[in-house]
Amino acid sequence: MIHESAGARRRLLAGCVLTMVSAVVAAQSNTMDEIARYRQMLQDGNPAELLIARGEELWKTPRGPRNASLEQCDLGLGPGVVKGAYARLPRYFADADQVLDFEGRLVYCMVTLQGVRRGDAVKNPFSGAGQRATDIEAITTYVVDQSRGARIDVPQEHPKEMAAFDRGRYLFYMRGGPYDFACSTCHGADNQRIRLQDLPNFEKTEAAQRAFAQWPAYRVSQGALRTMQWRINDCFRQQRFPEPVFVSQATIDLITFLGVRANGGTMDSPSIKR
Amino acid sequence: MRLHRFVAWFAPAVVVGGCATQTYSPPTEEETRAVIRAGFHDRGIAKVDRLNQTDLQASCSKYHNKPPEDVRARLQQAAGATVKYPADGKWLGDFKQGERIAQTGVGLQWTDGPTTVNGGNCYACHQLTKEEISYGNIGPSLYQYAKVRGTGEDTMRYTWGKIWNTHAYNACSQMPRFGDAGILTEEQIKHVMALLLDPNSPVNK
Repeated sequence: MIHESAGARRRLLAGCVLTMVSAVVAAQSNTMDEIARYRQMLQDGNPAELLIARGEELWKTPRGPRNASLEQCDLGLGPGVVKGAYARLPRYFADADQVLDFEGRLVYCMVTLQGVRRGDAVKNPFSGAGQRATDIEAITTYVVDQSRGARIDVPQEHPKEMAAFDRGRYLFYMRGGPYDFACSTCHGADNQRIRLQDLPNFEKTEAAQRAFAQWPAYRVSQGALRTMQWRINDCFRQQRFPEPVFVSQATIDLITFLGVRANGGTMDSPSIKR
Repeated sequence: MRLHRFVAWFAPAVVVGGCATQTYSPPTEEETRAVIRAGFHDRGIAKVDRLNQTDLQASCSKYHNKPPEDVRARLQQAAGATVKYPADGKWLGDFKQGERIAQTGVGLQWTDGPTTVNGGNCYACHQLTKEEISYGNIGPSLYQYAKVRGTGEDTMRYTWGKIWNTHAYNACSQMPRFGDAGILTEEQIKHVMALLLDPNSPVNK
């Protein structure tokens, strides 16, 4: 039911895209203005809102071999505190003795609270094109929505948080693969674009804040809610790297680096993107 | 953030879960690379050996693409030695095929197959023709390339080398090594050359 509504919304949005295409061709010099206008139009309705309710239900319903809900999951602000938690992740968790991002913490709680096998929890975290959102995507949407308007405050106090930042920074600048690309190839200078897609410069605080604040996001072109782990995964695909392992320390390190760069920004997720 | 680091480093009074003093020493490069290596797996044609850096990749990463003069000279010289010029001495192919190569971005991703014909994806970063307005700006505009530079032997040779291995001219350029890394074939590079240098190409209209 929810999915059908999202589909209807997508068709409507596809109409906007077509209108936009002709407008861009007609007014070449106004291309970027028109894209900004298109993005503004998208803000009128975000299908991600339909996922929030499903995610909340998944969070609060007893499930798994232990028939437990996730309500006692400690996201860093104490068991059961969801409000504002996403904006303060990744962070170090003493029980896991590890720095975890939200998705990594969610997997940890599914394993420890609900008794789900880790291999099952991390299998197929991302929905395919046109598929129903995964449980991880739905829960992430609910939790990040609870941080809308919260100040991004990714901690750098514990030595493992600092080490995560330093490794993440190394990975950000690490060129490799047949194209010699690093994250910094596209995200290390101001006002860069791939085709017409703007690329945030993570060396600049304001750009980093704006970018980090808007993930997870509903991607109109894919008809799907995409999480930060997905964002990292798909960048590495285009970078021609091997595939990052879902919630691996390396991905969490990179998200820590990006998050710390974005500190002081204001969460505005789930957002909606082209 | 910096202040926090300072505090943690010099005032090791951070107590976590009742444990003793904590000081911070940054991970070594070896430790960092081990964590990165464990964070990736093979998928399709994209294997983890892609994380093994060449000298150029390692050097440009280390200096954030601004290498000191001696490193820059060494990298450029090594890159220059890799350039293979066309065996038959002909520089230009078909600009129409060049345009298709410039438009196409597939190849060498884990979603591509081993027989996928790679594109050059030139428009991702460069303006080329007046007609295509969806172009990126990481590289300079190449519109009117031959009108600006002419079509002399030096320009042909420079452009071929730039496409084959850009680092011959700019040590830590962000552009892929289309010839040296086997992204495009010699024939495909000729077509891209024609897109840039054929007087009838839309690039030069």
